Amino acid sequence: MSGNKVEEDPRINGIKTKIRVVPDFPKKGIMFQDITTVLLDPKAFKDTIDLFVERYRDKNISVVAGIEARGFLFGPPIALAIGAKFVPLRKPKKLPGETIFEEYELEYGNDRLEMHVGAVEVGDRALVVDDLIATGGTLCAAINLLERVGAEVVECACVIELPELKGRQRLKGKPLCMLVEYR
Amino acid sequence: MFAAENGLKGDPRLEAISAAIRVVPDFPKKGIMFQDITTLLLDHKAFKHTIDIFVDRYKDMQISVVAGVEARGFMFGPSIALAIGAKFIPLRKPGKLPGKVISESYELEYGHDRLEMHIGAVEPRERVIIIDDLVATGGTLSAAINLLESQEAEVVECACVIGLPEVKGQHKLKGKPLYLLVEPSGLDEFC
Repeated sequence: MSGNKVEEDPRINGIKTKIRVVPDFPKKGIMFQDITTVLLDPKAFKDTIDLFVERYRDKNISVVAGIEARGFLFGPPIALAIGAKFVPLRKPKKLPGETIFEEYELEYGNDRLEMHVGAVEVGDRALVVDDLIATGGTLCAAINLLERVGAEVVECACVIELPELKGRQRLKGKPLCMLVEYR
Repeated sequence: MFAAENGLKGDPRLEAISAAIRVVPDFPKKGIMFQDITTLLLDHKAFKHTIDIFVDRYKDMQISVVAGVEARGFMFGPSIALAIGAKFIPLRKPGKLPGKVISESYELEYGHDRLEMHIGAVEPRERVIIIDDLVATGGTLSAAINLLESQEAEVVECACVIGLPEVKGQHKLKGKPLYLLVEPSGLDEFC
């Protein structure tokens, strides 16, 4: 895989065909990208993880941060394979210890992403993982959280990108690696 | 049934796993000693031991499905599924799964909640293990068992990292075996 776009690795097509598109979820007009069907195919799921692991194993990543909840499906297997710690970035009030938070915009209103204080240290090299990048708001909040505690965000990794929403431009200059585009 | 009673007595990995779990007093409310597994996820070795122990147990049991309970079951289940070549099915809070779902209600201390699963994710007679980080009353796991059995799957075992005192001595939940790695960590391990 090269910098931002994935080259034609033969495994990509197998993953793409397993993603189920559910129209009008959560509301009319949205074509929801359902990755649960990828998880139902052991080979496609393994290929997804392998593609990311191959990219990151020699990049000295010390922390994989996964965004609740679908980032939790991909982040931990990647972290385990590359020898990194896994840090969950969660919705408010789920993490039991002392947390810091970052606000981000939704279509209507705001939400918050929280991280445990002390989970990530100064100098940690971080990868942020989520299933999909749309507007990039959540990923940007994740980058902010990690940078605030002195980590270096090396890259963001998503299975799916919705390029028309231009989320890639909201990542504070951080590169994005994605496997499948949906237009 | 705890791992130590079932072949892993004295296994140093269990000690490492237990030591990596942080106790947070009075969360989410006063009197509750919350077992925080996020510190286990920060300890790569201990996290790997956790997954390895489950994988060693299940890899030769013809398990075709690992079902994980949102959200902390998602942190353990997929890695186990990948290692044993099984599918992973997320069991989710209401309204999160986009396709057609079935749902099962379960009791909370005050009120109810629901767990949902996609229809068609599991097929009849598939052999399933259910994963969560912790079992307390067993209410959530019971709902999970019901969801899977309603689709005619066979729940082989429920597996959790931590088993609270309420389940000590019980080897089964709704007739299904329970496999647990460690008991709750005490306050003296609070870091």
